[in-house]
Amino acid sequence: MVAEILTGTFTVKSGHAQMLKGGVIMDVVTPEQASIAQEAGAVAVMALERVPADIRADGGVARMSDPSMIAEIIDAVSIPVMAKCRIGHFVEAQILQAMGVDYVDESEVLTPADEMHHVWKHDFTVPFVCGCRDLGEALRRISEGAAMIRTKGEAGTGDVVEAVRHMRAVQDAIRKLKTMPDDELVVEARDLRVSLDLLQQTREEGRLPVVNFAAGGVATPADAALMMQLGADGVFVGSGIFKSGDPASRGHAIVQAVTHYNDPHILAEVSRDLGEPMVGRSVRELSPEELLATRSI
Amino acid sequence: MLRSIGAVATEVRLPGHLDGLDGLIIPGGESTTLSRLMSLYDLRQPVADMAAAGRAVWGTCAGMIMLASEITEADPIPLAVMDVGVQRNAFGRQVDSFEQDLTVAGLGPDPYHAIFIRAPVIIRVGKSVEVLAALSDGRPVAVRQDSLLATSFHPELTADARIHRYFLAMAGGPPFDADAPLIETPRVR
Repeated sequence: MVAEILTGTFTVKSGHAQMLKGGVIMDVVTPEQASIAQEAGAVAVMALERVPADIRADGGVARMSDPSMIAEIIDAVSIPVMAKCRIGHFVEAQILQAMGVDYVDESEVLTPADEMHHVWKHDFTVPFVCGCRDLGEALRRISEGAAMIRTKGEAGTGDVVEAVRHMRAVQDAIRKLKTMPDDELVVEARDLRVSLDLLQQTREEGRLPVVNFAAGGVATPADAALMMQLGADGVFVGSGIFKSGDPASRGHAIVQAVTHYNDPHILAEVSRDLGEPMVGRSVRELSPEELLATRSI
Repeated sequence: MLRSIGAVATEVRLPGHLDGLDGLIIPGGESTTLSRLMSLYDLRQPVADMAAAGRAVWGTCAGMIMLASEITEADPIPLAVMDVGVQRNAFGRQVDSFEQDLTVAGLGPDPYHAIFIRAPVIIRVGKSVEVLAALSDGRPVAVRQDSLLATSFHPELTADARIHRYFLAMAGGPPFDADAPLIETPRVR
């Protein structure tokens, strides 16, 4: 008897994220950048037409990237390739799945296509990663089928403050959950707008039920190690690498910083002589309508 | 998983972390990343020496790629300690990742639920290599050569600790008992 072969299960989808743990995922806009990222030790690349800093500068509507550009990046590297769809745009997600993209980021960095609903991700064979600012947002995305979570941070700023805020919010809420009596858990589930089952599972495991990466504003090896010490399972670096003066060195340094995040001597060594970091923009200078993290929560 | 079956487990990131270990697991992940970091932090020779000295080493998925003698691509560069040839991403992209029950020699009669994620497969088996499990088309996905173990799939993503117990026995732990009741351990996340 031949054993049944199952594809697209939640185990297979969330298991892929497990294999990215302790790694760095880098935004790339060309096949050449993808090769540089792979050479620097990235565990995956995010293929997109413009990095968040440029999306922010250009304004207008930001959409899924041109499939031929994504296909060229898929051909250029052997590591997994992720790509972004607009929040709620399930047809962009269908297209990305059909192209063989390894992970879809339903991302607030693109202009949302639906301000009420996210993609129902359980229907897809391809796994999804989604952003969050707190535990409620993370668990709502998981209940929709997200197989991986990341903080939203504030993409394209080079300012890590929002990523720190979001990571701390998630970790604090889980710590609180662990000592919460059962009767209060019901109210907590209501307040967070999540199912009691998922909240109980989170409490039992003492962590999010899927891998949780840091994203949105990471620009230096120290930023990356900071996020790891705060409890991130890995790090996304968007504009921080290819908007800096020496992307290959900076990418390589951030990979080492994430591996050795608890070793300040190694962190000091890898932080040296990296050239100019990306020109940052303090989140405090942004007007409310420029904030990406508050989109579709 | 290791701790729940009685092993003392520690993470290895630098060569000094290998001191005093009875066994080493090279985990899943991206083999290109693993290969670069092993080169950069001088882990290649110590791990190859460990394998050559007959200490237990187990590679899963990317770890299996690292143990191989040769792989079908130029990158990454494996450690070449196990007499097998390996093909990376042998099943396609992530949408082709799958789970399936396998019969694994030495684990007893119960099927083992194996999870394959962008998994490699063994395409050449040396004379001294024993095939423990193969797919229905005959391609090997679990092999052993003396103190070396390699699996295409991810035992760390299941609650079935049998392969971990099998490896502990290889590393000098209690002998593997195929008749012992299946222990469901907490899943690692």
